[in-house]
Amino acid sequence: MSIFPALTVAVLFATGTYLILQRTLTRIILGVGLIGNGANLLLLVSAGAAGHTPLIGSSDPREFTDPVPQALALTAIVITFGITAFLLALAYRSWQLTHDDEVEDDIEDRRIAKLRGEFDADTDELIEELEDLEGLDHRELAHLRRLRDSADESGPAPTDGGAG
Amino acid sequence: MNALLPIPIVIPLLAAALTVIATRAPMLQRVLTVFGVSTALAASIAILIQVDRHGPQATQVGGWPAPIGITLIADLFSALMLVIGLATVLAVLVFAIGQRGDAHESAFHPVYLVMTAGVALSFLTGDLFNLFVAFEITLTASYVLITLGGSREQVRAGMTYVVINLLASFLFVVAIAFVYASTGTVNFADLAGRLTTLSPNLRTSLSLLLLVVFGIKAAIFPLFFWLPDAYPTARTPVTAVFAGLLTKVGVYSIIRTETLLFPANRASTLLLVIAGLTMVIGVLGAIAQDDMKRILSFHIVSQIGYMILGLGLFTVSGLAGTVFFVLHQIPVKASLFLVGGLVEHDAGSTKLSKVGGLVRRIPLAAVLFLIAALSLAGIPPLSGFVGKLALVSAGLDAKQYAIIAVSLLVSVGTLFSMVKIWNGVFWGVAEEPTPAIEAGEVVHTPALMTLAAVALVGLTIAIALAAGPIYALCERAAADLLDPTAYITAVQG
Repeated sequence: MSIFPALTVAVLFATGTYLILQRTLTRIILGVGLIGNGANLLLLVSAGAAGHTPLIGSSDPREFTDPVPQALALTAIVITFGITAFLLALAYRSWQLTHDDEVEDDIEDRRIAKLRGEFDADTDELIEELEDLEGLDHRELAHLRRLRDSADESGPAPTDGGAG
Repeated sequence: MNALLPIPIVIPLLAAALTVIATRAPMLQRVLTVFGVSTALAASIAILIQVDRHGPQATQVGGWPAPIGITLIADLFSALMLVIGLATVLAVLVFAIGQRGDAHESAFHPVYLVMTAGVALSFLTGDLFNLFVAFEITLTASYVLITLGGSREQVRAGMTYVVINLLASFLFVVAIAFVYASTGTVNFADLAGRLTTLSPNLRTSLSLLLLVVFGIKAAIFPLFFWLPDAYPTARTPVTAVFAGLLTKVGVYSIIRTETLLFPANRASTLLLVIAGLTMVIGVLGAIAQDDMKRILSFHIVSQIGYMILGLGLFTVSGLAGTVFFVLHQIPVKASLFLVGGLVEHDAGSTKLSKVGGLVRRIPLAAVLFLIAALSLAGIPPLSGFVGKLALVSAGLDAKQYAIIAVSLLVSVGTLFSMVKIWNGVFWGVAEEPTPAIEAGEVVHTPALMTLAAVALVGLTIAIALAAGPIYALCERAAADLLDPTAYITAVQG
């Protein structure tokens, strides 16, 4: 049993988690891909120490690698592949609709929070803070303003939604 | 060997393939889908009768003996879930067919059938990895269903839904890898014996990992956050079937693994705390909302708490209460969302501030809502009352007074938010009426849509009327869950 597969799995999970925590869809999808590969590799590692190719007649069956995890991993890889393709299509659709690569907030959620007056105060404060900064992130600011406005209208978000 | 078991899985899958070919013939597609689902339902009723008479039935797919091959197994619990689940799937399908003028109907039918097959497989599988495959089949279909319209709101909510469920699936793979590495098998019956030889720490971590995985699917506290966000954006039939079934597949898996693989034999404080928090947070979330579908979505979460409560007690009466409660929840939740669909069809919105006074426009829908809502809140003599009574008396027997008090308080909260929907939607006047309400003309509701909602509410009333025999079945199912000898013998035979 080598430590390297375990280390690889750890690195894949760590980088994948970092990427998933970002707000950009492309990074999230990359993160999902990395974690998926990490999980599949872990499945393969669960077979234990490597042995001979598990083909009947090729060598002594007692020296075979356990073939079951390989079969499981193969199934899992196909599933990961399919879902990643679907995610990419979904991200493309999202880009078509919003011309933006960011995960949007749930407007209805914000509106309910606003009923209690919390959203307004927080967002206004944040917008002021951002406006005070030199070299601020314009896209972030536009995003926040858009959210606030749409929460004010209490309707669905505006459809133009481009970067500010 | 039982040839009936694969039918609820294989027939919907075959029908799905045929509906893809028949994309250009909408009528043929509808016939095929109804045929696929009703065949699966008929087979599952036959399975239930067999299991009731002869005990758990198992089939080794491909003829490889367990634990090498793939095992399909139906015990009383899974057969009951299968029958009620597929009946709900059929009713929602009729509603969807009744809802004419849908541009995406040709894509809906095949995906809906695949989802049905996935749900049936998750109830019937006797193998941890196969359960993962069943989840993936169901979820992949659900990803498509939830984003079927491709609207901005659906894509936004769908993205969260897909990523969360995908992460849960990866954790599932990790759990399977750990289980296989420590025991060398993924067959449930085989695992039940081998897991007992592991060290307690390893067992606890495996059990917690699986609890997190299924907890995300079942939307228990604190892993429920994705649900009220994602479900309301989808179209009515989709939300209804998701609300009725998908979270319950997660609950089913929690019950199956906690009783068969990691039996505790005493009340689990962790599960009881989770149950209490799930109930309370869900109902508080519901009270804060201003949209019928969102209120109902939070109630899905809240009601999951009751199911976990009965499991956490780890007594026959507690589990029997849980089984009965799950069976009652599937049609009740789905019918509430179908009524939501009727409201949306008539008034053009489900926002409480935008609709009102619908009891004059669609009186039948109002009556259906009232029955289902009172059943959800647990008012006698409806099915929710029987389920909650069973859980409460089981809790009193087990001397878990705190959780019983919480569950009764949550019932009051449930009733409160149901009254809120009633006042907002069916009674009173709309604050900012939708164009349909302002025009004052009654919109024609297709008969099939109403029929489907009536059928589902009828099913919940039937469960209440036959509560005695059904509860007796649930009690036997619970006894089998706590003593899985018959299950294990059926597999290893």
